[in-house]
Amino acid sequence: MSTERLIICILVMAGTTYAIRVLPLVLFRREIKSPFVKSFLFYIPFACLAAMTFPEILTATDSYISAAIALIVASILAFWKRSLLTVALAACVTVLIVERILVFLPG
Amino acid sequence: MKRTSQTAVPARSRRNDLIEGMRDGIPIALGYFAVSFTFGMAAARDGIGAFWSAFISMTCVTSAGQFAGLSVIAAGGGFLELALTQLVINLRYLLMSFSLSAKISGKQGSDPEGSQFQCSKPHGLPRPSGGGSIGTAPRFLMAHGVTDEIYAISIARKNLSPQYTWGAMLVAIPGWTAGSFLGGFLGDLLPAFLLSAFGVAIYGMFLAIILPPAGKDRAILGVVLAAMAFRAVLTWTPVLKNISPGFAIIIVTVAVAAAAAWIAPRTEEETS
Repeated sequence: MSTERLIICILVMAGTTYAIRVLPLVLFRREIKSPFVKSFLFYIPFACLAAMTFPEILTATDSYISAAIALIVASILAFWKRSLLTVALAACVTVLIVERILVFLPG
Repeated sequence: MKRTSQTAVPARSRRNDLIEGMRDGIPIALGYFAVSFTFGMAAARDGIGAFWSAFISMTCVTSAGQFAGLSVIAAGGGFLELALTQLVINLRYLLMSFSLSAKISGKQGSDPEGSQFQCSKPHGLPRPSGGGSIGTAPRFLMAHGVTDEIYAISIARKNLSPQYTWGAMLVAIPGWTAGSFLGGFLGDLLPAFLLSAFGVAIYGMFLAIILPPAGKDRAILGVVLAAMAFRAVLTWTPVLKNISPGFAIIIVTVAVAAAAAWIAPRTEEETS
């Protein structure tokens, strides 16, 4: 593939993605009055992040089992209001430990 | 919007926002590094070198979009197809930008997050820029940082200022870029078990953002569970699983958030 074509491809990708991000921020700048729209926007992050977390987390590691246990550990810590970094690192460490244990299990 | 009105926020607070954004950007950068490392490896397999995959990561900053774009580029697809792929997969950023824009565009005189961009002024005077409390240039800069993760910590922030988002961008985007660069170079040197463990970092962060409020508020808990269940249906049901991940996230987000807004509308203070 030629470098020229690659550069144009990258510009198309970057341009499209930036346009999606910048247009609402720059063109839409007033307070929203409608209670429905305000409530809708209030719920969006919860719906969006939840939809991105499950079931995708189950395929984020080398095994469903380590991912599922990490999901449980992270959920408990999150409910206990631990910080972002604590919850994220605890999930990583859980995967490390569980996958070490899985190696010794038969099957 | 029933907060007591504040006057101009001192420069120190802006610097604090930047530093706190950088701090919260660290777990994001870690998760990003792992994901973009695999992107660099994939790009190298398609004949795109470390420099160019780092360039893609720096200019696009979108995991699903980049992987999809890579397959279109490798398959020799056209520019229109490339643009449409990005549009569909990244359309959720449009929703995120709308909600960010609403969050930083507060009511005049009672909006702490906006007040730092101008001197304190008497109540009742109209603002110059159509009610928007934060200028255009900061918005252009913030826009590049609208990713799932940076958006997530920004929207969860009380009194969000652009500096907070910039701080997170300053740490997370270099992590994302460096990951691709090293992935393209080092490929298989990093042990697989470490990559596997890093893979859940991002999801742990998501949970740390959505679950604490869900524990206190049944409507939010309902939204979280419904969105996960709906997404699971779209992932595992025969036919429906052909919907691309980016599009599935849009469908679930809009449907669940709209249903929740209809069933359990929020009061004024909660949505400000």
